[in-house]
Amino acid sequence: MSSIPSLSTRPPSSRPRRKVGPVKIISLLTLIVTTFLMLLPLFFMVMTSLKSKKEMLKFPPTFLPESWQWSNYTEIFDTLQFGTLYKNSLIIAVLSVIGTLISSALVAYGFARYKGKGNKIWFMLLLSTMMLPYPAIMIPQFILFSKMNWIDTFLPLIVPAFFGSAYNIFLLRQFFTTLPEEMFDAGRIDGCGELRMWRQIALPLSGPALATVAIFAFIYSWNDLLTPVLYLSSSDKFTLPVGMASLTSSRFRIPPWHLLMVASVLAMLPIVTLFAVAQKQFVEGIVLTGIK
Amino acid sequence: MYLFISPWIIGFLIFALYPILSSFYYSFTEYDIIHPPKFVGLANYTEMFHNDLFWKSVVVTVRYTFIGVPISMLLSLGFALLLNQTIPLKGFFRTAMYFPSMVSGVAMSLLWYWIFNPQIGLFNYILSWFGIQGPSWLMNPDTALYALIIMSFWGAGAGMILFLAGLQGVPSSLVEAAELDGAGRLRIFWHITLPMISPVLLFQLIMGLIDSFQVFTQAFVMTQGGPNYSTWFYVYNLYTSAFKEYRAGYSSALAWVLLIVVMLCTALIMKLSNRFVHYEGGVNK
Repeated sequence: MSSIPSLSTRPPSSRPRRKVGPVKIISLLTLIVTTFLMLLPLFFMVMTSLKSKKEMLKFPPTFLPESWQWSNYTEIFDTLQFGTLYKNSLIIAVLSVIGTLISSALVAYGFARYKGKGNKIWFMLLLSTMMLPYPAIMIPQFILFSKMNWIDTFLPLIVPAFFGSAYNIFLLRQFFTTLPEEMFDAGRIDGCGELRMWRQIALPLSGPALATVAIFAFIYSWNDLLTPVLYLSSSDKFTLPVGMASLTSSRFRIPPWHLLMVASVLAMLPIVTLFAVAQKQFVEGIVLTGIK
Repeated sequence: MYLFISPWIIGFLIFALYPILSSFYYSFTEYDIIHPPKFVGLANYTEMFHNDLFWKSVVVTVRYTFIGVPISMLLSLGFALLLNQTIPLKGFFRTAMYFPSMVSGVAMSLLWYWIFNPQIGLFNYILSWFGIQGPSWLMNPDTALYALIIMSFWGAGAGMILFLAGLQGVPSSLVEAAELDGAGRLRIFWHITLPMISPVLLFQLIMGLIDSFQVFTQAFVMTQGGPNYSTWFYVYNLYTSAFKEYRAGYSSALAWVLLIVVMLCTALIMKLSNRFVHYEGGVNK
């Protein structure tokens, strides 16, 4: 694992700056103000999630809760079937991640290792599907899945992941092309088949890239609203976004503000955790797919 | 080799090519998903051009895109330029600005639904520090779309990371040479930095457009397209006509128009970019 080619695209920038001039001071001030504004909503989200119903309606909003209502966090499990929502979202997200990883890694390997003419055409097609808007194809997909009797099951949300996603295939292909050719030559001399080289050479060297893909696939599935809204109709199958969206519906005369915030906090929790653990993968994944 | 890419090829045929072609066919039919489709020629397309809601959704989406995307890009670029200097707490600033862009989807919509509440929300509270009496944002047809545009700026951090990577790819030898020749900051930015990061700008522009043509979650969660259709986005319109009114034929026509517009925009930008975008020695892999 020690010879992983670095994903990092940035050389250490060590250009010496001439002076601590007014430009730098203004920059710093601007940064402080914008960062404050960017983080303020998050701060209030957490604080508001711990306020009582009555305190929520106060204006101006209080910074810290007057009394900390930890019970808000249990209340949401009763009002929203939050446990079921969470479980459904997790099942779908984890299976999608597995599907995306296996299929995208296979396909990306095919694109990276063989440079035939046909390959190039398929690759252009792959790139063009990255721009294909989902809403443009969702109606026939819906009809297709309803003919297969997959409506109100998790299958339409999981199965497509097992056929690879263009974005992730592209990302992994870029990574695989950086692997040194000699290793595969050595493998071939030792009599390895392609599938074995994929599993025993390419995959073990691609830990960081695979982690990036896993994170992207997780976030995509976790945040997706449109697809589950189309396919899931019974409330015990709803995913988190679908269930949470009902909090703003006219069913409530006054929106249950505290629950809105609790739901947001809890929905963000897995992503925040992932981000804390794998910040590097997030940033590099974005960079890797973004500029080349 | 085809063994390896076959999963994607199969997926492409079933989940992309077949839907594209069949929605082309459906777009010439009247189809409620239950009864078999009935061919009606161009009726769906002519109806579309006489349909007020269709035009409303076009105007809303175009306005959102043409105001939101350029400002978002400027903000991202601005933040990136600020952070591309030696400055204390750089890592903290970068993480803090990037982080909100991870919080997308319904969680973000619920949060901002509260922020924009005129009675108890955060936004008008902050405005009140400056003595400004804020509008009622999502409840007012004149301001609802702008509220959603403002909310989109919260995600500028993702673009910032991209620009930052692009900026760090600008060779410092070029900048130093220019400095020796006595070029000022602005000239260096205009003649060196900007051309060097133009591929990132191009990518961001295309992706930004495509994303903002597809806004759905905000409309679904925060406004239900209202008030008075002021946030009746194109995809929200498509969704309602397909899955609330069960008009799969008409919605397929809408889908095809979206597809063509996205393709045209991409092609146009790519064509224009040949003139403006600088690829270093053709190194784009």
